[in-house]
Amino acid sequence: MTTTVEIQTKANQATYDQAPLFRSWRDYFTFSTDHKVIAIQYLVTSFTFYLIGGLIAALMRTELATPESDFVSRELYNGLLTVHGTVMIFLWIVPAGAGLANYLIPLMVGAKDMAFPKLNAVAFWLIPIGGALLMASFFFETPQAGWTSYPPLSTLNAKLGQIIWVGSVLILGTSSIVGAINFFVTIIKMRIPGMGLNQMPLFCWAMLSTSGLVLIGTPVLAGALILLTFDLIAGTSFFNPTGGGDPIVYQHLFWFYSHPAVYIMILPLFGAISEIIPVHARKPIFGYRAIAYSSLAISFLGLIVWAHHMFTSGTPPWLRMFFMIATMIIAVPTGIKVFSWTATLWRGKLRLNSAMLFAIGFVSMFVIGGLSGIMLASVPFDIHVHDTYFVVAHMHYVLFGGSVFGLYSALYHWFPKMTGRMTNEFWGKVHFGLTLVGFNLTFLPMHEAGLLGMNRRVAEYDPSLTFLNQLATVGSYLLAVSTIPFIINAIWSWHYGPLAGNNPWQGLTLEWITPSPPPAENFEGEPVLGVGPYDYGVTESPFLEKLKDVVSGLTEKGVAFSEVQAIDLSAKTKTALLDPQPPNE
Amino acid sequence: MPLAASEQAPLVDGLFNMMITLATGLFILVQGALIIAAFRFRQRPGDDTDGPSIHGNIPLEILWTAIPAVMIMVVGVYSFEVYNTMGGLDIMGGHDHGSSHQAHKMRGAAIALESKPNSQTSGKIAQNADPAPDTAPTADLVVNVTGLQFAWVFNYPKSGVSASELHVPLGKKVQLLINASDVIHAFWVPQFRIKQDAIPGRESQMQFTASIPGEYPIICAELCGAYHGAMKTRVIVQSPEEFNTWVAEQLESEEEDEEVALNPQEKSATEFLAPYSQEMAVSADILAQLPHPEHSGHHH
Repeated sequence: MTTTVEIQTKANQATYDQAPLFRSWRDYFTFSTDHKVIAIQYLVTSFTFYLIGGLIAALMRTELATPESDFVSRELYNGLLTVHGTVMIFLWIVPAGAGLANYLIPLMVGAKDMAFPKLNAVAFWLIPIGGALLMASFFFETPQAGWTSYPPLSTLNAKLGQIIWVGSVLILGTSSIVGAINFFVTIIKMRIPGMGLNQMPLFCWAMLSTSGLVLIGTPVLAGALILLTFDLIAGTSFFNPTGGGDPIVYQHLFWFYSHPAVYIMILPLFGAISEIIPVHARKPIFGYRAIAYSSLAISFLGLIVWAHHMFTSGTPPWLRMFFMIATMIIAVPTGIKVFSWTATLWRGKLRLNSAMLFAIGFVSMFVIGGLSGIMLASVPFDIHVHDTYFVVAHMHYVLFGGSVFGLYSALYHWFPKMTGRMTNEFWGKVHFGLTLVGFNLTFLPMHEAGLLGMNRRVAEYDPSLTFLNQLATVGSYLLAVSTIPFIINAIWSWHYGPLAGNNPWQGLTLEWITPSPPPAENFEGEPVLGVGPYDYGVTESPFLEKLKDVVSGLTEKGVAFSEVQAIDLSAKTKTALLDPQPPNE
Repeated sequence: MPLAASEQAPLVDGLFNMMITLATGLFILVQGALIIAAFRFRQRPGDDTDGPSIHGNIPLEILWTAIPAVMIMVVGVYSFEVYNTMGGLDIMGGHDHGSSHQAHKMRGAAIALESKPNSQTSGKIAQNADPAPDTAPTADLVVNVTGLQFAWVFNYPKSGVSASELHVPLGKKVQLLINASDVIHAFWVPQFRIKQDAIPGRESQMQFTASIPGEYPIICAELCGAYHGAMKTRVIVQSPEEFNTWVAEQLESEEEDEEVALNPQEKSATEFLAPYSQEMAVSADILAQLPHPEHSGHHH
């Protein structure tokens, strides 16, 4: 019996038979316009910043091992928490998502590169510049007002550090906007002719939604930060109440971006998980359209919930009720995704490898974060736990249990494509086990600490909370240790791992028909969809039948242009298509 | 949850218990399905074939869209009711009042469906919906609260007492008028389940009724600078008699101090705090930034 994977391969035989392109490490230090090089630049750079952000977190947890402020100075502690948040958001999760998108979008839609390759390279190179600027603050003065940088605190204390912070975030935000334009245009304009929006891999739907949010939200943040800069260096009073300004306006502008930002950080991973689970479950994604459109719904709703971060900021009561309901409604599209992933797993033939384990871990941990999110949306409860460790726990379940688990899953899944070599499964599973235990040990006790009265962003706390904090500290060290097997595994496998071949996982999306690593322009001619991206287990392919008809119809006149395009195949592929062997056998 | 020491706290705890029960149920459902799937449907050795080609199931998808929708409706209505009973919709200015009542009416049908929590609270709702204008007159005691780096100052406008700890009488409705003089702070008493940002240039309001005598921490919950974590004081809940005694003692001691000829309420925060600045690690610079009473707050 011919499988759908074989059909997809045969339909694209010329692409499949190209030679892989193993690159020299030097290529990654150049201003390359190849989306695959840029993607790996993004991923490696952002992972480096993840390690820095993680080191900072370990320092904070060390301070919090005792109730007294006794490890770093209070000023430095505030600096650490500010830089930790900024690094993890703007230099790890957001750019790592952009890295994945860079690698996958052109390959998935059958394009040779992104729509604007030079702009793409510019977007990447802004990241190390913005990152270096932020790190430089450790040599001058750290910003100390938190990643939220609420005025008047941000305009009164540690001004130099604050100016550095604003500069860095503006640069990183610009990178994000530029990248989003590229993703959006590439997905809309550069799909192969046979691929309508509803034939796109779900990762592309997720990136469409993400890019929309970036383009709507980030300029608003930039505006707020520019006004903040004027307050800082020119003595204006946009947000300064003593001069007639209003600090709450900053909060509105800030959260208008920064709430959607959590979807900017999670949606790409929603997309990645929707790719990874069907491949390793050997089953079509359950409810394609529901998952695709729920991404759009989340994007839209994500834009109208920002003030749930401000329930204690004097927001009028009726507005609090509006934002409470809007926030709770997001549970519906998110629930659809979670149930659809679970249903995809159900009755599949699950390959429980590292990528799949992290994907299942992603769903489990994200559910916890999602549920605590609904609780936080409830105004009376939020009033108690706002700005406490309950929120810290919630946010890490979403962004670590969600985004970081998702990123690890994606890295294990596409590592063979990116490097041409397989990772070591044993150490991958060790990595998963340590991460899962370390993560829950760190963040589960924080829920309790918050409920009991531990406020966030403090270097000292009530001694009755010592035990919970020590659990978290031990957990954070375990998390630090858990990255070691991953790093060694990744470096070793990149050099010495067994060769992967084009399609080690037997995937159906178009990136798997190219060699690993793919050559410079990805495809030989224009790829065609022999079957849809999730047609696992399908034993007949009407699409292939149609393709055959079109190929034979080529001799006749009046063939639609798009169809000729779709059938612009090499002689080899045509032979494969016209192979007397019918696919149903 | 810590001790519930205000009349508002049990309402929040009831809401929390209901939500955590729902959340735990949902978590067990999803987690259970994932774990069962991981064991029952794992790939058998040597079986490289695909699973069944199931692309979806519309009735099932409608079901799992509807169930969360109903759940959030229940949680939403319950949260609304709790918030209303806590007095959340009555504070914050008159023009908001009308709209909140409208919202209440619109939700009437849904409320009727979800009966239990409402039947307990309906009496209180009726009280709250009374003509009672939004601000001070309904409260038994009004206290002006000022947050500053890194301390709280409490002024009792009626008696003229100023203090660095909050004393409140048991069982009386207390209204706090909260302001900040430098950066944003947040007034939080975990045992009361209430929190409100103290925002410079704006007066925020919050109400509570303490129900158990004792001393509870007042915590600053909004990052306000280096000593944010040390910005703590206490709220002392005492019987009305003890409270009156305390007020009298405060007045006496203030009169004894001959220098304080003027009513402490008329002292600016700067003057009031100057003697304490050393122990609170507040610099003279910061004190100088404090707005003068005539100009501070009250424009909203």
